[in-house]
Order: sequence, then structure tokens, then C-alpha cells
Amino acid sequence: MVLTGAEIVIRSLQEEKVEYLFGYPGGAVLYIYDELFKQDKVRHVLVRHEQAAIHAADGYARSTDKVGVALVTSGPGATNAVTGIATAYCDSIPLVIISGQVPTAAIGQDAFQEVDTVGITRPCVKHNFLVRDVRDIADTIKKAFYIAKTGRPGPVLVDIPKDITAQKCEFDYPRSVSIRSYNPVVKGHQGQIKKALQLLLEAKRPMIYSGGGVVLGDAADKLTALVRKLGFPCTNTLMGLGGYPATDRQYVGMLGMHGTYEANMGMHYCDVLLAVGARFDDRVIGSPAHFASEPRKIIHIDIDPSSISKRVKVDVPIVGDVAEVLGEMLAALEGTSDRPEQAALAGWWKQIDEWRRRDCLKFSQGEELIKPQYVIQKLWEVTGGEAFVTSDVGQHQMWAAQYYKFDKPRRWVNSGGLGTMGFGLPAAMGVQLAHPGSPVACVTGEASIQMNIQELATCKQFRLPIKVVMLNNRYLGMVRQWQEIFHGNRYSESYMDSLPDFARLSEAYGHVGIRVDRPGDVEGALREAFKRKNDLVFLDFQVDQTENVYPMVQGGKGLTDMILSAEDL
Amino acid sequence: MNIRNDTFMRHVISLIIENEAGALSRVSGLFSARGYNIESLTVAPTEEASLSRMTIVTSGSDDVVEQITKQLNKLVEVVKVVDLSESAHIERELMLVKVRATGKDRDEMKRMADIFRGRIIDVTDTSYVIELTGTQAKLDSFVSAIDAGLVLETVRSGICGVGRGERVLKV
Repeated sequence: MVLTGAEIVIRSLQEEKVEYLFGYPGGAVLYIYDELFKQDKVRHVLVRHEQAAIHAADGYARSTDKVGVALVTSGPGATNAVTGIATAYCDSIPLVIISGQVPTAAIGQDAFQEVDTVGITRPCVKHNFLVRDVRDIADTIKKAFYIAKTGRPGPVLVDIPKDITAQKCEFDYPRSVSIRSYNPVVKGHQGQIKKALQLLLEAKRPMIYSGGGVVLGDAADKLTALVRKLGFPCTNTLMGLGGYPATDRQYVGMLGMHGTYEANMGMHYCDVLLAVGARFDDRVIGSPAHFASEPRKIIHIDIDPSSISKRVKVDVPIVGDVAEVLGEMLAALEGTSDRPEQAALAGWWKQIDEWRRRDCLKFSQGEELIKPQYVIQKLWEVTGGEAFVTSDVGQHQMWAAQYYKFDKPRRWVNSGGLGTMGFGLPAAMGVQLAHPGSPVACVTGEASIQMNIQELATCKQFRLPIKVVMLNNRYLGMVRQWQEIFHGNRYSESYMDSLPDFARLSEAYGHVGIRVDRPGDVEGALREAFKRKNDLVFLDFQVDQTENVYPMVQGGKGLTDMILSAEDL
Repeated sequence: MNIRNDTFMRHVISLIIENEAGALSRVSGLFSARGYNIESLTVAPTEEASLSRMTIVTSGSDDVVEQITKQLNKLVEVVKVVDLSESAHIERELMLVKVRATGKDRDEMKRMADIFRGRIIDVTDTSYVIELTGTQAKLDSFVSAIDAGLVLETVRSGICGVGRGERVLKV
């Protein structure tokens, strides 16, 4: 049938079974919004800022295994979206972003609300398209979804000039897609898998290190089965939390800059390291030279060949889908009676348990000031570890990662790579829409929340009963911590002055707001908040201003150079 | 052993990419964003009009060049990438040199062009344009062999490369 470009856009989204479209209208997308108005299959969520549209689509994608979809207008609509797109790109999140563009004839004329969207977004998308012909819209959207979710996932942007959305052509949504220049590898190399298994079985001090790839590749079950079968210790990256159950004995905690003592020591002193869907980034291994100073064999499974041997040399690279490769490793392990040498393994566990006894995450909650760690611990208890937790960026993010024990994948939603403040609340909107009825907490700080606080209105409009858990220390806490440690206590511009009364602000938006000052009131406030199933509750926890995140590996230092507490400074 | 090897080597990378608007900027953007060197880059459509072929001359340690080829392969529009310098290959570059050609210099220039198997393709009373094809080294030595004071302008194409013998880069 013959449809307009705008109808084709909406019909294509329907064909892709898109439930929610996060967006904000404007001149260049008026035809598309008009078609949106005439149907009820794709539900539009009107955000208050385009950055939030992308983060919401991102939260939706991270907490499901679906592609998140957003729609923005040309010019400032697109530039506002850039931070969201870069956030998703850094964490390999599958998104399709449709942006309006000025009419074809106006492109290059410095038209009103014109920017080179494809040019601006090029370095922070997996791929992008400028549609120049109405007959290409359906095909391009099909390709966009395919590229976004296959291989190493990522955001794909489709820029559509306004005149194209008004023109007409025959619509026939393509059933399949094939791109000769794009064929991601899925199956791992058999010989390499065999070699990897051999190394693992000969290991005396093994470590399994898994990242966001295990979560995104839906490989948590297979990873867990493999780790248990081998009896090895396992650590997760910030992006990989929930990839292996945090309450399991074989889990040694998160590793990296704010990782546990046992995870970082184990990572450094292991003799065989299996890295799965992780990329040895600077926040994870610190200095590559220091990491290389201890000999070990490294096996690396990743869907993206460019992640392998990028920062550290790998002995056994395996390019492939992590679930697929782990499945084959499991099958190969079933097929052999060889098992790791138990005596050596027992000795290694003894060493790990000794490291564990340092109890690096201990803190003491007194009578007066609320410790931020205590709030997260109580959040975990009150929600029975079952909540979806989004976070912003800073100290609260690290405490959430350290003290909320994620047993399942896709429950922890944070901006790990780009470190985008303002991510938490809009991301929580996407999570809550994807999981109506499930508890969703947004752990944030008083600085981060103000970067997208306008979304409280979106939450009201769409009745999203998110629980905002704000750790309010009246500082840009992580900046303050670095200034304390590296800049002689000169707290340059890291003090948050003139803060609003957040509880009343939340009430002004039509939500419930509670301020909590006393440690004794923390648990009660959390219970009260989660009891209110239909309300957004904004919890303003006034926490100890001087608390720092420990352990801490200073930037550029070795993983074993950890500051464990204020006494080490 | 896990550390990067930091000796710099010159590499000639050849790639086939979809002939689409913006494809070139994806490649050049990748090089600038990741801090890779580009000595020269040439691009033109192939016999199959929907594809373009690029030759990129770059330099870096083995690890960096490995990353460059992986990152290029990761671009959705890139069909094939090969590091020509891994085995026997041929490189050619085209240069046009406009020189002052008056008096006794006129004959001298003609002689030099002949020695280097160049051709004079534009003649005026006072100037020649000499066309020269060869490896980078040959073009460099021609430029240094003639009197620098007589050179009005030079323009070089950057190199094109192809593998020797049966080694074929084709889709």
C-alpha cells in the first residue's frame, strides 16, 4: 500500500514490535508525531528533555533484552540527545534513535534548527544513516534495528529530513536483512575453545573476570554454571554486576578502582585468567604495565575483536557470542573427566579467604550521622535484593555497586563507560515501564539528580512509582574525595550550595517526599517508600559529608596498590 | 610480556568500503579520534560502482596497527581490510610538478624528466608541468634532484597499493 514517509516510520516501529517510544516533538518531526497520534500500538512517552528520552530508552533496553527507541527533532533536539547516545555507545546498549532533519533542499543552508546530526553523532554511534529517499525509510529502519542488536550492540541513529516524511511510496516492510559489509562472528573457534579449557583445567590459581558482555549477551546462566562446575573464584566489573550471583560463596566482589581487596588481589596474582565480555579498561586493571608485571595466562572471550589485546596481550583470544562460547566450553567440560587439581585450588581458596578476612567493605554506623553505605545495605535488605537499581554517577554509584548484592543480571543499570550524571532518573523511567509492578530504585546524589530533575514531571504523567534514594552529602562527593586525596583538601567548587528542599520539590511535582536525618529512621523510611506501590517516593537521606569510597586504587596505579581506609592516606 | 611493543613501522592498509556519502569521514574520523597516524589516504570507486577502494599509509607499533585494522573492520560500511605490507606488494604514487622552465633550465628540466621517466604534459614559454609515477622514494628523489628554486608547485596523489601475484582483494 502507498503510505507517507511518516506513516512508514510508525508502521516500521510497529513491525519491530516497539512498545515505547521516548521522545519530544518539534518542527522537523511534526508529520511523524501526527501519525503517532493516529495509532495506539506504539506508546509515546513524553520526556522533558531529549537527553532523558535517550536515557529512558537506554534503561528500557538494559533491563530487558530489547532495543530501546527514541524520537527527537532536528537541531537542539539532536544535540540534546548526544550525551544520551554517547552514554549508550560506551556501554554497548542497543538503541534506535530517529531524529528529524530540516527538509532536503534546506540541508547545508544553515536553516533554522539545522545541525549536521549524522556528523555530530558519528563518533558515538555504532552506525548512523541519513535517509535521502522515502523509498529507503523502511529498509533503513530494519537495518538500524538489526545493527543495533547484533554483534557488539550499540546505538544506531536514523536522520530523516522533514520533506521525506511527507512524500509517499509503496510500503512493504522487509522480512530479513543482509548487509555484505557487516557479518558479526557468533560461534567461537573450536581449537581456541579447546585450548582455553586445557589452560583452565591446568590452572593452580584461576580467576574468572566477567563484564557487561555477559549481561548484554544473556550469558549469566552459562557463566554461573561454568564457574560452579570449575569451582573457581569469580569477579564482576561494574558493568557486569549480576552476571554472577553476588551472594554466592565463589563470588569475590566487584574488581577495579573501587573493587574489593580479594577481587583485586586475586586478579593480580592469578595464574590463569578467564575474561568474559570485559575489556580490561583503566578503571578495572589500573596501570597495564603494573598488571603485566605478574605473569599469567589470559583467555579472553568477546564478540568484538577490537576489544581483544587492546590494553593487555591475550594468550587465547576467542571471538564470538559469549553465551555461545560459554555453552560450548560447558559442553566440552561435560565431555571430559579432567578436573582442576583440587589441592592447588584449595590452597588458592585459602589465600582468597585470607584476603577476604580484611573485610574491606566494613563500616560502622553510629548514632548520629547516617552512613551512605548503611542506606544501600538497608535498601538491599528491604527489597530482598529483588529491586531494579539505577544509579547516577559518583560516590553513591560506587556504594550502590559495592553494597547492593545483585544476584540477577539486568537489575543494575548505570552509566559505567561515559559516567553520565543525570542518567539515573530517566533510566529508571525506562526500567519501570519495562517492568510495571517491580520495585525500581534510583540511587542518586543531590548533584546528579539535579541534572535531570525535570523528569519528575514525566514520572507523574506516566504514573511511574520509582523510589528515588538520594544520598545527600551536600558535596560533589567523588570530586571532593579526589580533592581531599590528591589536591590537599582544596575543595574547589565541589560544595553544593543553595540546595532545594528536595522533599518539598518532589511534592510540588505531585509526588511524596521524605527527608531522613537519623540513622534510626533509615529502614522505616525505606519500608514506607516501598509500601507505597503507586507513588513515586523521593527519599532525601542526609548522610555523613566526609565519607569516602574505599577500597580505592588511584588512577594509573597498580591494582594491588589499594587505599583501604582513611588510615592509609 | 603483556606490554605493547613500541617500535614504529610503516604500513600500507588497503580496504574496500561501501561507496556511500560519509564513508570517507567514518574512516578519517576513526584515525583522528583514536590518535592514529595517516601519512596518506587515497580513495576512489572501483569497477563495481557501489564500492570504493582506499589505500591508507600509516605507521605505528604492531599492536597499534593491529588495532587500526580491527577498528576499520568494525566500521559497518567496511567490507574488507588487508595490511598490504604483510607480504609482497606494489605501491605507486602520481606526482605533478610545475617548474620554472626558461633559458638553460628548460633543457635541464626536460633531461631530468626523461631520466626519471616522467612526461611533460603542459608547456608554456616559462613553465612545464611534469607528470611522474613511482614509489614514494622515487618521487622524493626526483624532487631533491631538481633545483628547488625552480619548483613552482607540487601535487601528489598519495599512494595506491596492490598485492603481488595471486593475492587479490575483492568482494
